[in-house]
Amino acid sequence: MKIIILGAGQVGATVAESLVSEQNDITVVDTDPARLRALQDRLDLRTVTGSAAHPSVLTEAGIDDADLLIAVTQSDETNLVACKLAARMFNVPRRIARIRATDLLDDPKVLGPDGFDVDLSICPEQVLTDYIFKLVEFPEALQVLDFAGGKVSLVAVRAYQGGPMVGRPVKEIRGHIPNIDTRIVAIFRRDGAVLPDGDTVIEDGDEVFCLAASDDIRQVMKELRRMDQPVQRVMIAGGGNIGMRLARALENAYSVRVIEHNKRRCEGLAAKLNRTLVLNGDATDEELLEQENIAQMDLFVAVTNDDENNIMSCLLAKKMGARRVVALINRRSYVDLLQSGQIDIAISPAQATIGKLLAHVRRGDMVAVHSLRRGAAEALEAVVHGDRDSCRVTGRRIEEIELPVGTAIGAVVRGGEVLMAHHDTRIEAEDHVIVFVTDKKTLPRVEKLFQVGARFL
Amino acid sequence: MRLAAVLHVLSLVLLLFAASMLVPLAFALGYQDGAWPAYAKAVGTTLLAAALLWGATHRAGRELQVRDGFLLVALVWTVLPAFATLPLLLQLPALTFTDAYFEAVSGLTASGATVLSGLDRLPPSLNIWRGFMIWLGGMGVIVLAVAILPLLGVGGSQLFKAETPTPMKDTKLTPRIAETAKGLWLVYFALTLACGLAYHWAGMNWLDAMMHAFTTMGLGGFSTHDASFAHWNSPRIEAVAIAFMLIAAINFATHFLAWHRRSLRAYRVDPEARAFLGVVLASVLGVAVYLVWDGVYADFGTALRFAAFNVVSIATTTGYANADFNLWPIFAPLWMLFLCSFASCSGSTGSGMKMIRAQILFKQVFRELLRIIHPRVYNPVKLGGQAVENNVVFAVLAYVFVYVSCIIVFTLLLTLSGADVVTAFSAAVASINNTGPGLAQVGPASTYAVLSDFQTWICSFAMLLGRLELFTLLVVITPAFWRK
Repeated sequence: MKIIILGAGQVGATVAESLVSEQNDITVVDTDPARLRALQDRLDLRTVTGSAAHPSVLTEAGIDDADLLIAVTQSDETNLVACKLAARMFNVPRRIARIRATDLLDDPKVLGPDGFDVDLSICPEQVLTDYIFKLVEFPEALQVLDFAGGKVSLVAVRAYQGGPMVGRPVKEIRGHIPNIDTRIVAIFRRDGAVLPDGDTVIEDGDEVFCLAASDDIRQVMKELRRMDQPVQRVMIAGGGNIGMRLARALENAYSVRVIEHNKRRCEGLAAKLNRTLVLNGDATDEELLEQENIAQMDLFVAVTNDDENNIMSCLLAKKMGARRVVALINRRSYVDLLQSGQIDIAISPAQATIGKLLAHVRRGDMVAVHSLRRGAAEALEAVVHGDRDSCRVTGRRIEEIELPVGTAIGAVVRGGEVLMAHHDTRIEAEDHVIVFVTDKKTLPRVEKLFQVGARFL
Repeated sequence: MRLAAVLHVLSLVLLLFAASMLVPLAFALGYQDGAWPAYAKAVGTTLLAAALLWGATHRAGRELQVRDGFLLVALVWTVLPAFATLPLLLQLPALTFTDAYFEAVSGLTASGATVLSGLDRLPPSLNIWRGFMIWLGGMGVIVLAVAILPLLGVGGSQLFKAETPTPMKDTKLTPRIAETAKGLWLVYFALTLACGLAYHWAGMNWLDAMMHAFTTMGLGGFSTHDASFAHWNSPRIEAVAIAFMLIAAINFATHFLAWHRRSLRAYRVDPEARAFLGVVLASVLGVAVYLVWDGVYADFGTALRFAAFNVVSIATTTGYANADFNLWPIFAPLWMLFLCSFASCSGSTGSGMKMIRAQILFKQVFRELLRIIHPRVYNPVKLGGQAVENNVVFAVLAYVFVYVSCIIVFTLLLTLSGADVVTAFSAAVASINNTGPGLAQVGPASTYAVLSDFQTWICSFAMLLGRLELFTLLVVITPAFWRK
């Protein structure tokens, strides 16, 4: 597939990186040659320097025969113009744009065919906000992902001594919570993945991935660890785009404080937020944290745009008594360094946000693609099409499907109903199937499974 | 400063004012009350003065600078009452100029304080003239508050609104002032018409309905009867009055928006209107309960009726009465006077320091308290989801300081000249808030005629000062204003 990526910023670079490994022709356009050079040194792709909204630059990037345009520059306007040009002048079949301003999303006409002709809009800040919001709702979880429009949730929990299921084999969970249908799809133990069968014993410290109907998540988590007090007080370090969205989403249900060092930014925050306490200061300032009762905080979230700052303020907050600290960390090496250390959750923005985009790029009809464990594993929601002859999944029982090693079907959503997968569950056309992939190398084979292939006709 | 240009514009305003005297003239002819020569003379004199002034200044042109605006506004509100006295003086030979000027100022500032008694026996056209002055004054005030003062940058509320794109969507409702004024007047006119019809439906005769529609929409409070609304003793008429007083005390820009967009959303997002209605409603219920509890009225229904009418009337700075609340236990009338100093919304025909300033002050207090607990907190004063800038808060603080100082100075001056404390204080408060009746000697059952000439002038000045939002008038009497 020929893909043009506009913007070589953080999102652009991550998208390029994850797509380059999947046999695509990728061209990246940016105004900054230095950034492009850095990208080109690392990855096998082509770069073009110039404004992403200029037809000449787009032509140079080979837009005439591109299959997909991903406009992820810093500017909403550039992205919109590029999409419109791509649709009207160059007939690019699919166009994805990063749109930050919610104003543009309010009326579907703006992005529709009569507007800027955008097929899919993504807003990384909003995705991250949702991600962290889930962590506030479920303070015991490491990550909570939604499938089938929020009906099914995949939750990652660290099993701790004290949970009734810890030290017991997986099959017993049915006996513990008889009226809840859940499935443990994977266990990560000391950085290795275990695809559990009924006899696998859950150990203390395991990272367990369970699928369950969204309403039942809390019950399932209860089996794996002692439950914490629900979150009441949240402190957010950094009042940027993410900090503000997060505060706005949380302020009505929780007591929220935001620390922001830029005075002008404080003004903007205070104007937009109603119940949040906006504090002017540095999140690594011990005195300020002390003054604002850091020891009483249930959650401390560092979301400034500076990795080091986020890490340091989180370490400080944890030391001073914050119950749980979450840091936003862009650099992958830092993330690996810190996870399961003193920082409870390290979020990689690029990994968290790329899923929605990937779903659009993959072969097969993917509704959602979620990157897990920093890109090592993936959870997919695929729609099954065709019939028994044209597709290798349709009409078969799960045990009949030739899934690659390290892959499991977790659940099937059929017409609004959630069915946990069993070996004899039969998959029908138009089902949404939730697949868990522990090894990314097998992804192409998984995708192929869900494609309606011509050779079966 | 271009005095000649200011005077030239003043001459044009006088010309219009002469035309407005044709209204009572028409009534005098229509009702055959024999008063028409007085109006004819008044029109003639005003026309003559306007022509002379015009002749003397027409070479100066009409181009005004912003600073000239202050002088013009101050002159309009001091000179017009002088001419407005003419119909009064010509028909009531016993009236002194001091009292006539007081009555005219009271009319044009939409106060409703009167020195006249035996209103029922006045020629109908004269009562129409008194009501029409209030109506004109209210009209002037709306445009002054919504369109002109923001241009001059006076006071807190104007500043706030001039700089606020939402929720009022800019006080400049339309791109040009003339258009804005036209829109506001249309709303004002339509509401007056509705008010008059409602009064007639409720049982007033056409003349009374018209006169009271004028004074209700202007929130003035002149009546055609010495007994004010007690004359009719009709709950239905009182209900109509309450409804329209409440409407007139809400920002006309909000009315305009609601009418323009055909939706009531404008009222919901106007933080001032909500606070105003809430405070007034709570006060009505509170006072009613208090009156029953204190034994003034035996049953709650009666107490509610009188509390509702008088509280709304005073809180909106109208000044009608249907009971002598002077006889109520002192807490109730004091509370009502307290309400009138801040309850009405900016941009309405009500007066006082306006709800918006009270809200800003109130929030500033909580802001200071929060800052003691969280020294590093950044919490601007917010109104309607919009941060209010600090300089606006300072302007409001200064305004309130001047406002309170004025009340104290006027009270002292009135006591100095012999009034008792309650009379002096209530007269000062009622005058600066353009309310009308005060307490004790100037209570609803009596008139301001009991005051000495000196005291009458004090009250006239206080009414002008309050109507022009203090600073507009005060700036004109500072030396710096006149320095080249």
